[in-house]
Amino acid sequence: MFISMNWISEFTDLSGINLKELIGRFTLSTAEVEDIHEYGKNIKDVVVGKIIEINDHPNSKKLHLVKVDIGTEVVGCVCGAPNVFVGAVVPFAKLGGQVGDLEIKEAKIAGEISHGMCCSEKELGISDEHSGLMILEDIYPLGTDIKTFMQLEDTIFEVDNKSLTNRPDLWGHYGIAREIAVLTKRSLKPLDVVNTSIYKDLAQIDIKVEDAERCFRYSALTVKNIQKKKSPINMRIRLSYCGMRPINLLADLTNYLMMELGQPMHAFDHKKVSAIRVKTYPEVVDFKTLDSVDRKVDTDTLLICDEKEPVAIAGIMGGELSEITDETDSVLLESANFDGVCVRKSATRLGLRTDASARYEKIIDPELTVPAIERFLKLLMEIDPGVEVTSSLTDCYVKHYDTIGIEFNKAYVDKYTGIDITSDQIEETLTALGFGVTRNQDEFNLVVPSWRATKDVTMKADIIEEITRIYGYDNFEIRSTKSFLTPVRHSVVRSNEYRMKELLSERYAMNEVHSYIWYESKMNKELGIITEPNIRIMNSITAENDTIRATIIPSLLGFVAKNVDSNPEMGMYEIGRVANGLKEDGLVDERKRLGIVLASKKLSDKEIYFKCKEIVEQLLLSIKNVRPTFAIKEALAKYNYVHPVNSASIQLAGEEIGYFSVINPKIKNKLDKKLNVAFAEIDLELLETAAKEPLRYSEISKYPGVTIDLSLLTDKALRYENIVSYVKEYECEYLQNFHLVDIFEDEKLLPGKKSVTVRFEFISKERTLEGQEIQTMVDELLALLAAKDIVIRK
Amino acid sequence: MLENLEKIKAQFKEELNGVNMKDEIERIRVAFLGKKGLVTEALKDLRNLDVEAKKVAGQQVNLLKDEIEKAIVEFQKTLEEREYQKEIANTERYDFSIPSDVTVGTLHPITIVQSQIEDIFKTMGFIIEDGLEIQTEFNNFEGVNIPKNHPARDMTDTYYLENGQLLKTHTSAAQNTIMRKYGAPKPGEPLKVLFPGRCFRNENIDASHENTFFQLEGMMIGDDISISNLIYFMKVLLSEVFERDVKVRLRPGFFPFVEPGFELDINCAICGGSGCPTCKHSGWLELLPCGMIHPNVLRLGGIDPDKYTGFAFGLGLTRLAMMKYNIKDIRLFNSGNLKQLRQFTI
Repeated sequence: MFISMNWISEFTDLSGINLKELIGRFTLSTAEVEDIHEYGKNIKDVVVGKIIEINDHPNSKKLHLVKVDIGTEVVGCVCGAPNVFVGAVVPFAKLGGQVGDLEIKEAKIAGEISHGMCCSEKELGISDEHSGLMILEDIYPLGTDIKTFMQLEDTIFEVDNKSLTNRPDLWGHYGIAREIAVLTKRSLKPLDVVNTSIYKDLAQIDIKVEDAERCFRYSALTVKNIQKKKSPINMRIRLSYCGMRPINLLADLTNYLMMELGQPMHAFDHKKVSAIRVKTYPEVVDFKTLDSVDRKVDTDTLLICDEKEPVAIAGIMGGELSEITDETDSVLLESANFDGVCVRKSATRLGLRTDASARYEKIIDPELTVPAIERFLKLLMEIDPGVEVTSSLTDCYVKHYDTIGIEFNKAYVDKYTGIDITSDQIEETLTALGFGVTRNQDEFNLVVPSWRATKDVTMKADIIEEITRIYGYDNFEIRSTKSFLTPVRHSVVRSNEYRMKELLSERYAMNEVHSYIWYESKMNKELGIITEPNIRIMNSITAENDTIRATIIPSLLGFVAKNVDSNPEMGMYEIGRVANGLKEDGLVDERKRLGIVLASKKLSDKEIYFKCKEIVEQLLLSIKNVRPTFAIKEALAKYNYVHPVNSASIQLAGEEIGYFSVINPKIKNKLDKKLNVAFAEIDLELLETAAKEPLRYSEISKYPGVTIDLSLLTDKALRYENIVSYVKEYECEYLQNFHLVDIFEDEKLLPGKKSVTVRFEFISKERTLEGQEIQTMVDELLALLAAKDIVIRK
Repeated sequence: MLENLEKIKAQFKEELNGVNMKDEIERIRVAFLGKKGLVTEALKDLRNLDVEAKKVAGQQVNLLKDEIEKAIVEFQKTLEEREYQKEIANTERYDFSIPSDVTVGTLHPITIVQSQIEDIFKTMGFIIEDGLEIQTEFNNFEGVNIPKNHPARDMTDTYYLENGQLLKTHTSAAQNTIMRKYGAPKPGEPLKVLFPGRCFRNENIDASHENTFFQLEGMMIGDDISISNLIYFMKVLLSEVFERDVKVRLRPGFFPFVEPGFELDINCAICGGSGCPTCKHSGWLELLPCGMIHPNVLRLGGIDPDKYTGFAFGLGLTRLAMMKYNIKDIRLFNSGNLKQLRQFTI
């Protein structure tokens, strides 16, 4: 929003005030000023001139040679304006003067010398009008500097609308002036209005508010005998500087009032609209707004109608049919208050946000409707003294806001602010802001002014803001809190996450990635990944990605596909969320998962399988001091990217926490046949609930142990874990340890078999074991294994 | 006897001079000092002498023995040094400029920035909390004082799920849960929590817009928390985050979950506050929203607003990472593009 300092100074004295400092103060105490524009300083030596002679330009059909009387002399200039005529009074820029960026010098235009320039409104910076010269009223002595009667010089500051969302009172100059008066400790002048009570005996306008939910107040007045069509120049300049295009007197006046008080108004041609019904329509209705657009207005949108048909969309825009035209000489003036939420939603549905609807959205003060009419009338009568009021001020005040009273004391302010603001200061600030203040020492009793009481100020905490912002946050003494030292409880989940990330990135040189929480359906399709139905987003603007993922792996496989061309050797991981369906209470079962993916053209499918398994084991050992167990799980086959054979669930103490797998050949063929891929997914909450193994320390035996490697011949399909469980059946106190050394397979030498070399360590804590006893133990062990069809390889 | 010793000595010197190799020394040692060596033999010969002569000759033989032993040790050292020098002279000089085959993994830029900030807050006694990404409407809106009909609820940029839940639009969605988890703080022991999280907005993506991004929010609630404390904390914390002594300033700002609410600016790092194009000549950069937690929010969180006050602040983590690493295109973060992400080495 643009704020004119000339306009402000009508309501509060700005003399002697440094505007820059004031604007800085305004930013810190009220709302951010985004930009400052200086107008009119670049207009110099532009005077009133009268065209007294027009001749054709010898070299141009469009240009003319004109003689301009500027009082002291007559000067010749070249003029291209189509509306030039003898007797026209125009702004004339003299030699040595300035118009915008243009310095006026003697110039040859199409071969003829010009000694100055006749100006359009656009050239003077007061509007976009450049179709012809600006024509002045013939009332000024020729040669008068136009700045003596035109308020060309003004400082306009631009306030960010967003920072005014919560301040409906600041959507007009008068409200801003009130704020500035407080900041400068000067007084705010009362509005100069016509007291409409003198018309109370005139007839009422026929107004019926049929929808008392959506319309809070509807005030109106009719006026006839309006002769003037064009607004005075200074009003047009102000509107224009504030970003509003001047149209005609009545439209300009409604806009002017909206910019002055923040109250949107509408002027209906009284010949076309004489009665008012405020209501919604039971069915969708076609309506042409004054921007000449045919609109469908739905049944939730409030309409202003006459006895027959809609004439305006309440709070948004009037209709074309009842619009002010050149013929209009009487008006029905609307100054109303509509429900802000209703206006906002209707404006959104219609796709039509206007200056009026933007103000209603902020929930403006219903007390404004009558002063707006009275002020309108005051201005209209000054401009066009012949006008006549033809109705009494008709006011349907359907819904009043409650008066808000707030009690508080200085101690409350002290506690909230942490500084000492005196009770006198509090009283002074709040009174200046318009609050009704009753004070007993440090106890306060407030009445919130109507312009702040629609939603903005409702409770004690709101008063803190009023006091502190005027006090100035930059004047605050800042302090640390007075609190004791207490130990901080840190979330284990988070610190484990960082440990995992560091381990994966540092030890395994993997790259952490982030992917979206939904399935990327296009990529899944390309890779042939089929996902199960899961909870969906209802309104995603990328509709194909509407399913929340139940697993991270498809996202990661998509990343593999994206990166394989630049470098096929990769390891990626993500800690991210998935939706594991719904819980019993109907809420999403959100899980935090770790997803890992490895891809390589150097490692074989088998190697990458074991690499992936190694990483999983390393992680769990680091985090939980425990080696997981693995199991075949049929259910994994539901994911078509999981390998039906070479996949396994990961378990801690018998509880499944995730799985790992190599890629299913079907997906692999689509991704890259030569690329070997393995992946793992672990549920971090399940991992978190699993017990962490404590550290255990035991003394090392002083006596030497004996290690014996045995190569065991087994069926090829036998898993190593079976050998482990068989060996564990041999309960021997001296067999302290055993582990896998090597697995040898050779279809020719050992058809259907494999040789598994295991290293056994026998040791006693009391003595050195004899060779003979060890041999006995080995024999016993081998006998036990032989019973399981495992023999020693010869 | 003595003549014999002289002869042995002369012979030893001669033989030693002819030695070049280390193992030859051993041969000489055996030849002179071994069981059948010349010196040993000479010692054996002593038994043929009378007592007096044995004493004199014995001394001489022992002297000779010592002398030979020493000479051998000396000579051995000399030879070792000579061989060492020869080895060094023939050593290949390795080229340290040949690059090693080191691979380092990377962390996501968000993780890097997030953990740095978490560490700063931990030193100031903040608990780090985590919230759900899929939230109820209550937690995301009502619980933080954004009632139905509030303009923020109109915005079509919230992802709504089939079951009525939504993808959280801001980290504030965790406030209610956290307040309920920890309850009203004990006197003098304010609740200090930091909760980073991933947020979602249903909008089209381009270089400066993402539908999935990270924020970080913090709050401090106690029986004695004031605006003055808020300014202090923000100044101290932001000085740590930006590793310089930042100046902060507050301006009124409106956010439904705080009252009063502020926009916090920091002095521009580029010009130091004198005004430059980066700060639009104001000397200040708008950094984060903050404020005193709205009494309604406290009440809904089960904390009595008549007894407790608190402040809250939010920070765009994604935006901060972009500032820190000069990332121009926000799409990097969720791209999985390893060419780019591999630069964030740890």
